[in-house]
Amino acid sequence: MVTNITNLGRSGLSDWLIQRVSALVLAVYALFLVAYLLFHPHLDYVTWSGLFAQTWMRIFSLLAFISMAAHAWVGLWTISTDYLKHTGARFGFQAVVILAIFVFLVWGVQVLWGA
Amino acid sequence: MSSLQVSVYRYNPETDSAPYMQEFQIDTQGRDLMVLNVLTMIKDQDSSLAFRRSCREGVCGSDGMNMNGKNGLACITALSEVVKDNKLVLRPLPGLPVMRDLVVDMGLFYKQYERMQPYLQNDTAAPAIERLQSPEERDKLDGLYECILCACCSTSCPSFWWNPDKFVGPAGLLQAYRFLADSRDNATQARLAELEDPFSLFRCRGIMNCVSVCPKGLNPTRAIGKIREMLLSNAT
Repeated sequence: MVTNITNLGRSGLSDWLIQRVSALVLAVYALFLVAYLLFHPHLDYVTWSGLFAQTWMRIFSLLAFISMAAHAWVGLWTISTDYLKHTGARFGFQAVVILAIFVFLVWGVQVLWGA
Repeated sequence: MSSLQVSVYRYNPETDSAPYMQEFQIDTQGRDLMVLNVLTMIKDQDSSLAFRRSCREGVCGSDGMNMNGKNGLACITALSEVVKDNKLVLRPLPGLPVMRDLVVDMGLFYKQYERMQPYLQNDTAAPAIERLQSPEERDKLDGLYECILCACCSTSCPSFWWNPDKFVGPAGLLQAYRFLADSRDNATQARLAELEDPFSLFRCRGIMNCVSVCPKGLNPTRAIGKIREMLLSNAT
């Protein structure tokens, strides 16, 4: 058993499961957006903001943002432990990544519910 | 023209400040020799060349090395399988410390193997004669027990290169599953607990380099997937 405290789920199994489930959510969200754009070839601002004014779309989008945040944390944490062998550089990178994820997530919530 | 150009990785830590490649011309007389035969012919030219070999028939796993960029056993790899443009480049297994020429220090590899406790564990009272297995239970061990620990798989795995002290590697994980799958072993929970962290098993990204190089045709990626399934059904 190798111990770690900076990975998302504190366990390889939960990180792996989070990675798989969040990938699925992101795939469904991306496919939905592509399909929506294909079915609305002359999309205007009113239709687009009307889509995001609906509660289900806001919940769906927030789910996608949270999935993106978790997916990025697990993935970039893995990359940092593979390639950054200097402890200070690795911890610094992880701190910057986690801060960026937090900022983007809060910003995303503001975009969804702020308008 | 049957002269083969062979480029061999040379390094003697007692006399060389850095590793270098040495060129040899080997007359194969048009025969499709095994790479180990070629190494023996090189050794006749330069007896200072160091490499491991023993059974010369793919059973002992001593002569794992990197031949034209791909890991394999020199004794059962024919020149026709690896030689391109009449050139052969021989390097030690990647990712492990080189002791001399083609000989690597397998310490980390064995340490990970040892961590998997590769022996039957059963705390129930031993039966009078032996622990029996049904033919179906025995079948589950096929494709797992045949590993000869040549390290071709683990040293072709980038996850093992970057974290050989934490990631068990395909060879060790294949053996871990060999005992998890054994109906006579009941240390399943302890074995799974050892593999649940982010490195030991989950550093595998499933790129299947291990499968592509295994000289015995085994599939560590499938075994790793089976362990993941066991961990998942255990924890959800």
